[in-house]
This record gives sequence, structure tokens and C-alpha cells, in this order.
Amino acid sequence: MTDVHMSNVALITPAPGAPAATASAPKMAARNLDFYYDKFHALKNVSFDIAEKKVTALIGPSGCGKSTLLRIFNRIYSIYPKLRAEGQALLDGDNILDPRYPLNRLRSKVGMVFQKPVPFPMSIYENIAYAIRHYEKLSRSDLDARVEEALHQGALWGEVKDKLKQSALGLSGGQQQRLCIARAVALKPEVILLDEPTSALDPIATGKIEQLIEELKERYTIAIVTHNMQQASRVSDYTAFMYLGELIEFGDTTTIFENPTKKMTEDYITGRYG
Amino acid sequence: MNATPAMSSADVIAARLYMRRRIVNGIGLVFAMASTLFGLFWLAWILWTTFSRGIAALSPAIFTKMTPPPGDAGGLANAFYGSMMICALAIAIGAPIGIAAGTFLAEYAKKSRLGEVIRFVNDILLSAPSIVLGMFVYTVVVRTVGHYSGLSGALALALIVLPVVVRTTDEMLQLVPSAMREAGLSLGVPQWKVTMQVLYRAALPGIVTGVLLALARISGETAPLLFTAFDNQFWSSNVGQPLASVPVVIYKFAMSADDGWKALAWAGAFIVTLFVLALSLISRAILLRNKVPND
Repeated sequence: MTDVHMSNVALITPAPGAPAATASAPKMAARNLDFYYDKFHALKNVSFDIAEKKVTALIGPSGCGKSTLLRIFNRIYSIYPKLRAEGQALLDGDNILDPRYPLNRLRSKVGMVFQKPVPFPMSIYENIAYAIRHYEKLSRSDLDARVEEALHQGALWGEVKDKLKQSALGLSGGQQQRLCIARAVALKPEVILLDEPTSALDPIATGKIEQLIEELKERYTIAIVTHNMQQASRVSDYTAFMYLGELIEFGDTTTIFENPTKKMTEDYITGRYG
Repeated sequence: MNATPAMSSADVIAARLYMRRRIVNGIGLVFAMASTLFGLFWLAWILWTTFSRGIAALSPAIFTKMTPPPGDAGGLANAFYGSMMICALAIAIGAPIGIAAGTFLAEYAKKSRLGEVIRFVNDILLSAPSIVLGMFVYTVVVRTVGHYSGLSGALALALIVLPVVVRTTDEMLQLVPSAMREAGLSLGVPQWKVTMQVLYRAALPGIVTGVLLALARISGETAPLLFTAFDNQFWSSNVGQPLASVPVVIYKFAMSADDGWKALAWAGAFIVTLFVLALSLISRAILLRNKVPND
């Protein structure tokens, strides 16, 4: 094992403000980001970009910090005590870690879908309408239209249009996860964070979600954490490989998978560890 | 042994060990079943006595006539009505406070030091003898006001309801997967709204069950009512005045020498038992039908 001093690795991304892998400025970005679970140093000086209307995948072995990193981008980690992030996480150039950045604005712009499908214990319609109602006062018909639009975007409308009033808990796991995606897009966010969205689903349901991601990137910026390297290579435009809290390599997906510059990345991708 | 001449010494030891385990298992099983039967035997006896004597004493007059003076015929109408009012008031006072406190514990205090201290104190209240709670209300309310009242009885019972509801609300909310909180909060909905509109729905069957079990527990309580609600021989719906209640009437009538009173005590005991049984069944059904979505 060569002793790579990995804290330098993050320097592969350009300095703040400079364009990264994309031509335009990144939609979101991490700059010298550190994260602590109380005393445990979980992320070490991570910098990378999430390009607009592209899919960026975070891969790496369990415990490498990829979910931790994703959960910083809408500050969902902040609901637990003793967790803290240092450095900068940017959305359109603004540091969202600044306590003055309004949390509800952040979360209306940056939606999230979790590993386990978590529909709320209410009807399919209400699951979507609940989120919309929190932000907008709509007439009955406008709300109906928004719910339908969101379910279309979640590729679920055809399956549920006749049972909107039924409990969402009666849907299959894959349908529940698409409902969660529909719920996230119903707020018309700009970024969607997907935290291992298919790890609880069977291959067919996974295929549907991947197809959906393909469609969603027309409108939204997507960051996805995945354990499944084939999935990362199928759905993403950019890939970040992480190991033990450090960002080892970041670049466009084809390069990372076919011609990685770091030996660690190559070893992981070819299945030598992880 | 001669049937299996090929057995090695290791096989022999294994066979002996297996035999030994089977014997120990058999003895253990016999003890466990005997203990179960022992417990069930008394329960069956108690229920049988209550049901047979209670049903024998039942008549429409139980629900229409007032508690009689010794020697007269009568019923338990005023006691049923009093019990209903006292219990309803106790739930109305205890349940909302308990749900609020349980919510605070599960959603805000969590595993903090403050939370654990409150849980510990709540557990003490949960196991406090009910007569102590009665004495407390007697000293603080009855002595201050100067007379017994249905309201003071309800307060004493509310003190029994409170810790039960605090505990079940706390536990049921903790059973809701944290992913659901995260999903709600990640939509930008504030925590209080997520709690009230999402988490309560998920935990509702459990919370309702807690309230029903608390109701079951107080509907048979006698000690705290003796020196708070006291008793009232007549029909009364004034909670500011002494009120009759079924357990207190049972207590008074069962110890008398009057046969009519004794029969009424059995009838009351039968109906209270039936009520508690029904509550337990209903809460079980609610819990089974709506399992909290969990791992």
C-alpha cells in the first residue's frame, strides 16, 4: 500500500469561483468542507462541484462519507445534536452553511429522497398536496393540477390516478419511492438529492427509478449517492469517488470508470475492495 | 449400544449430552407450563365468580334506579353516571398534558439529560400507589376547597392517567422511523408541523391505545376516590359536589351485611370488568390493525 497523502487530492477541483468540469458555474459546490460527528472527523477537506442539470454520483465503500456529504447540501444533518460542518457548501454561490441562510428557502430549492421509501401516513394525493400547501395557497383545481403534474414527473400517475384517495402505505416499495420523488419535485426545487434511492428496491423498480432520473435531469440538478457502481455509470454524468472521508477523485463518469488517474479509484471500481 | 457397534467415544459423549439437554428441556417446559396454568387458574376463577354472580345480580333497575338505602331495592344509575363523568374529566385533563409531555420527550428532549430525568420521574409517578395520589389531591384540593367533589376525584385520576399517556406517547413517537422526520423536514416544513401533521398520524393508533389503557386503569380505581369524589347517594351531575362512582359503591356495598347491597356490588364489579375487558380488546385491535410503519 502506498501512503498517499490524501488531503491534497481535493486540490484537483479548481479554486472557488473558477469553472470546474462544466463550462458554467456549478449549481452547488463543496469548498474545503469538513464534517464532524461529535469528535469523529467524517469528511476531510472535500471540494467538488455539482453541475447544473446534470447527474453527479457519489460512490465509495460503506462509511466513506458519501451520504454524510449529500446530507450537508440541504442541512438535514442539523436536526441531530453534536453534528457540525465546517467550510463552505454553496448553492448558486451562496454559502448555505451560513446560519443566516434561511432553512426553508434552502429546503424548498434542494429536495431530498431517502434510502427507504417514507410515504407519509396519508392518502397518495395528500402526500403530494401536503408539501405544496406548506408553501402556496392554491385553489382546489390548481392544487389538483399540481398534484397531477408532480405524479406525472414521478412516473406514477398512470398507476395511481384511480386511487388518489387511498393510503400511500398500500403502494409497493418502488411506487412509494417514486411517490417520494414526486413529493420532492412537487415543490419545484432546483436540486434533488438522492440518498441510495434504489437500495431497498428490486431490479425492476430500480430500472424505473433510473429511467426517471434520466428524465428528471432535463429540469433538475441531481446528486445521487449509490452503492451500485453500475448504477453510477448508467445514470451519472460526473462521479466523485470517496474513501475514508476524503474525496479521492472527481471527474466525468466515463473518465472515472474507464481511465481513472488514481490507483485507489481503479481498485475500487474493478472490485478489489469496498 | 450393541445395535450401533461403530459408535466412537465422541459419539457417546454427544449422545449423552443430547439426552441431558432433552431432560433439562423437558423439566423446564413442565415448570413453565405449570406456572402459566397456576396464573391462569386464578384469573379464570376471579372472572368466573365475577361473571356468574354479576350476571345473576343484573336487572334493568341497575341502570335506572339510584343506589338504595340498606334493605331497599335500587340500582347503580348515579354511580355509573358519576364514574363516567369523573373518568371523562380525568382523561380530558390528563391525556392532553400527557400527549404534550410525551411529544416533548420524544421529539425535543430525546436522549438528553433533561429528557432522561423527566422519564425517570415519570416512571416514579407511574408506579406511585394510587392512594398516595388521592391523599395528595385531598390535601391540596379537598382541604383547601373545604369539601369533597367530583372534580377533585377527576384530578386524582388524571394524575394516574398522566404518566401512562406520557410514556406511551413517548414510546410510540420514538417508534416512528427517523427517516419520516427527515422526509418531512427536508421539504422545509418546520418541526412542529411535521410532528403534528405527520408523526402524530403515524403514532396515532399507539397514542389512542395508551389513552384507552389509561381509561381502563382508572375506571376501577377506588382508593383515590374515597377521599376526593367521596360518594353521593343521589343523582348528581354537579362535579363541584361529591359524586358517586362505581368502584366506591362496590367497596361500600361489598363490605355490608345487606344482601341487596352485595348483589349490587357484584353487578357493578361485573360491568366494570366487562368495560375494562372491552377496552383492552379494542386497544389491541387498534394496534394490530394499524402497525406503525417500522423497519
